[in-house]
Amino acid sequence: MEAVPQNIKSAQNKSFHYQSNHRKTAVILSIIPGLGQLYHKQWVKGILFLTLTASYVAVFSNLLNMGLWGIVTLGTELPRDHSIFLLVEGIIALIVITIGVAFYAFNLYDAYQTGKKRDAGMRPCTLREQYQHTIDKGFPYLLVTPGFFLLIFVVIFPILFMVFLAFTNYDLYHSPPAKLVDWVGFQNFIDMFKLDIWRETFVSVFSWTIIWTFTATTLQIAVGIGLAVMMNQKDVKLKGLFRTILILPWAVPAFVSILVFSGMFNDSFGAINHDVLAFFGVKDIPWLTDPFWTKVALIFIQTWLGFPFVMAMTTGVLQSIPNELYEAATIDGATSWDKFRTITLPMVLYSTAPILITQYTFNFNNFNVIYLFNSGGPAVASQNAGGTDILISWIYQMTMTSAQYSKAAAVTVVLSIIVILVALFNFRRTKAFKDEGKV
Amino acid sequence: MKMKQAKWIRLSFTYLILCVAALIVIYPLLWVVGSSLNPGNSLTSSTIIPEHATFSHYKELFTKTEYVTWYWNTLKICVCTMSLSVIFIGLTAYAFSRYRFVGRKNGLMLFLILQMVPQFVAILAIYILANLVGLLDTHLALILVYVGGLIPMNTWLAKGYYDTIPKELDESARIDGAGHLVIFFKIILPLSKPILAVIALFSFISPFADFILASILLRSDEKQTLAVGLFNMVSDEFGNQFTLFAAGSVLIAIPIAILFIALQRYFVSGLTAGGTKG
Repeated sequence: MEAVPQNIKSAQNKSFHYQSNHRKTAVILSIIPGLGQLYHKQWVKGILFLTLTASYVAVFSNLLNMGLWGIVTLGTELPRDHSIFLLVEGIIALIVITIGVAFYAFNLYDAYQTGKKRDAGMRPCTLREQYQHTIDKGFPYLLVTPGFFLLIFVVIFPILFMVFLAFTNYDLYHSPPAKLVDWVGFQNFIDMFKLDIWRETFVSVFSWTIIWTFTATTLQIAVGIGLAVMMNQKDVKLKGLFRTILILPWAVPAFVSILVFSGMFNDSFGAINHDVLAFFGVKDIPWLTDPFWTKVALIFIQTWLGFPFVMAMTTGVLQSIPNELYEAATIDGATSWDKFRTITLPMVLYSTAPILITQYTFNFNNFNVIYLFNSGGPAVASQNAGGTDILISWIYQMTMTSAQYSKAAAVTVVLSIIVILVALFNFRRTKAFKDEGKV
Repeated sequence: MKMKQAKWIRLSFTYLILCVAALIVIYPLLWVVGSSLNPGNSLTSSTIIPEHATFSHYKELFTKTEYVTWYWNTLKICVCTMSLSVIFIGLTAYAFSRYRFVGRKNGLMLFLILQMVPQFVAILAIYILANLVGLLDTHLALILVYVGGLIPMNTWLAKGYYDTIPKELDESARIDGAGHLVIFFKIILPLSKPILAVIALFSFISPFADFILASILLRSDEKQTLAVGLFNMVSDEFGNQFTLFAAGSVLIAIPIAILFIALQRYFVSGLTAGGTKG
């Protein structure tokens, strides 16, 4: 593709005085996709486009018709209409329409481009050339399509569904097939901030989510970096042994460790109260029944689970810091602390920053540790979430146990917006993203 | 003399900290192993060094529960998820790294955003969709959902790594007449083994670690995965099946931990290279 043939260049120069107007004709004909291509005597392509269009209409017209009607009304008549299935069909219809529009736009663009070439006095591409062209231009699309297609159905569609759901009144009392669901606009969001119990719950869950994210993540990063630096001092023996032991929490599947911890922290017969604290002569602590102690335990567990990853990362970076830096610092009379503060730490933070940021977003959404340890409990009076519920586990609880689907969806939307904004803000400032921006 | 003393203090401090850390790490793990060997069923009597060690819980696991079926299910799902994700992610990342096409930047941005929204906030939607297309209670549904969820983040990871492979290599190959796929298989693939190993391992482990999606999509007992099966064991009657659960956990943790430690080196190099640049 790099070598542009001479005739195209000269054709482009002449483009001001076309002899004919194949462009316009082709585009107008292409209102029915394929006709424009046939007009250009691109028989195979034209027939292909026509067939595609015909089958699109034949296969999807019912779905589109039904889906669009469904998504607007969410059903009008019981027991015939099931609002949630109608919503699903509606969203699928919207996705199908988007794909259709993209194809349609491509069809017009293609007819126009070929017409432009003909107007410039060149023959349209033969099938063989087109084939070559399609392979070259279309290859990246070919690579991306399978993954993207899957992504549409298992990730994008569910997210769209939740967004739509946030604007309905789908809950225990408005639940198909017995009842219809209706659009309610921003009511769920308004309720969340206006109704006392919702507002209080939201505020308390949200603030614990923030505290949890910051404390747990910062601790795991600090412990990870600290241990890595200590372990990698030159004169420390048994490095391999220590590294292997300390990496274990990362290597053992997290859900196993969390469940084990929930056994160990059990108030009455867990090993922490029974053996460890008894050994130090400390009285039993209500780990699972007092919100404060559950939070302490959770932060401890997450640090335990998360530090090896940071440690492994840091070890990798430490080995790449040139020794000359330290030697020069020693000559200048720097202490070990100075060296750590001015050489090691900046180097480590700089090269692991993007990964460390994802650690924060990961913990913000760390459902497993909260749910598997104590199901978000213990229960707290005056709010409808458990004492250690973070946003994500609250959403789960609302969906799975109290059937407040639309409220859960509204919280999901709020959560997603927060995560996306914070993460985008951070990513914009990291080097990796700036590089990408230049392309 | 003073230098020597300072060094001695520093080193003993270091060893002290490292030993304490190692102890904290190892204690819960030894405790599970201990529990799994304890006679009796409950937590109450379990000690870290059992007085009458017994393998009866392991035997029970194989004879009285569906453990073997769960293990087989999980392995099957893991292997399928791993192979599919490596293929999809490897190819998608290749396109994003090496070609400039319309929609590329938006695509990357979309992936960046999608990787931040946890997939299972939409469990309800996934359940309804699976129900609608008749894939509820099948492993296929679970595999597809896992693969889809793995794509955004790992594509970034792989793309970051591909970007570090010099473009001159592709160009010279292209001049020699190599096609698109030949370049991928002969140049990119061999050079990006470390990151693909990382992705393979990540995608192999994620079905092991996931419990929510599996518990929602799989209904019948004989289709469960290990995570769900073991969780039910603990949550049903807490404390009463704990030793059984411990035995089940040990049998999962040991192979995974060995796999992990063996591949650890790949891991760090793959992540730091992909992470800092991508």
